Amino acid sequence: MSPILKLDAVSRVHGEGATEVHALRAVSFAAHPGELVAVMGPSGSGKSTLLTLAGGLDAPTSGTVSVEGADLATLGAKGRARMRRTSIGYVFQDFNLIPALSAAENVALPLELDGASGRTARKAARAALDEVGIGDLWQRFPDEMSGGQQQRIAIARAIVGERRLILADEPTGALDTETGEEILALLRARCDAGAAGVMVTHEARHAAWADRVVFLRDGVVVDESGTDPVETLLASGHPR
Amino acid sequence: MSVKQALLALLEQEPMYGYQLRTEFELRTGSTWPLNVGQVYTTLTRLERDGLVEGAGADDEGHQMYRLTPKGRDEVASWFTTPVPRTQPPRDELAIKLALAVTVPGVDVGAVIQQQRSATMQALQDYTRLKRSGRPDAANGADERGEMAWSLVLDSLVFAAEAEIRWLDHCEARLRRAAQDRSRAAATQPSTQPSTQNTGALR
Repeated sequence: MSPILKLDAVSRVHGEGATEVHALRAVSFAAHPGELVAVMGPSGSGKSTLLTLAGGLDAPTSGTVSVEGADLATLGAKGRARMRRTSIGYVFQDFNLIPALSAAENVALPLELDGASGRTARKAARAALDEVGIGDLWQRFPDEMSGGQQQRIAIARAIVGERRLILADEPTGALDTETGEEILALLRARCDAGAAGVMVTHEARHAAWADRVVFLRDGVVVDESGTDPVETLLASGHPR
Repeated sequence: MSVKQALLALLEQEPMYGYQLRTEFELRTGSTWPLNVGQVYTTLTRLERDGLVEGAGADDEGHQMYRLTPKGRDEVASWFTTPVPRTQPPRDELAIKLALAVTVPGVDVGAVIQQQRSATMQALQDYTRLKRSGRPDAANGADERGEMAWSLVLDSLVFAAEAEIRWLDHCEARLRRAAQDRSRAAATQPSTQPSTQNTGALR
């Protein structure tokens, strides 16, 4: 099975000369359909960099990032933006919802930006909200909802339009234990249904929901645990 | 873990025979700590000797039944109202291993930590998977409270594994910081080290 996300010998260097920082060093990594991968590591280990590169929000210094077989670098800015609207869903710790839009409008936004008709977009948005269990709250505004409900909107926005790559940056960071578990169950269900998920977290208990847990340190994959599917990661070009 | 107290607590509910006690114990603790039936009978004999339980005749199938004595009932009550003592930390092989890894020369402590973290993470993933799939015997009529007990026992394993991983992260971070401090000190004062020793000897 070909991976949905593939990082091949990806390095990211910030700055240059004496102040240069190697955020990632020749990391190879893949996420397959049906797989949820957790990325753990101390602050500054490169886990957020990995996620922003995977989402096409930043470009690697060397190496390639491909989503659904397409090299993000060759897509150009427009192509990458389109990819983010149609293939990649992003879930953030602080939800990043637009306060002036209702739940359904927030979810419909990426589809409308992609040129879908208002009606089609709204219909898909309602279906996505149903899927995350808050279908009846579609008219509410974010500030009228609990943190858990807001994160559900964010997940609906990340999965609407059959997107198959979900990137989550500490998705449970702002939630209490039980609500956090519900959010993890949703991500898990989405991956079980065929999406690929990559989740950055510092909580081992949450990482345990993943099929694989990857440990990053100083920009290098140092360890990984969990069921090993096909051609997994490792192969970091940096000595341990 | 106190088998004695657990058996007494089970008998508080109703008289039971040895094998039944074992089954009930495993049912309520999610079979997390398998109990050998021989151990149940030895414990019952000791409890009878100490006057905490007494024989209650045989049931229709000829099983020897046991019930609590008033003294046994007091023991159960005091068990539930007394906290589990934490004064004597249980022997923790991992803590001992790390303490020795740090002090015995030539051990790659980083590798010890990493390897353990992977193994504990793996266990945590297994517990989580188990929690997600639900109790294995739930289908054949396990009651709601049994389900709750099972899930709480599982949570206890989850939290313990999580604590262990956090502690390992903490150990790793401290060791790394100490190593950095050492190499920085060595870089800034390369020639002072022997003289420090001399100063020490002179004092």
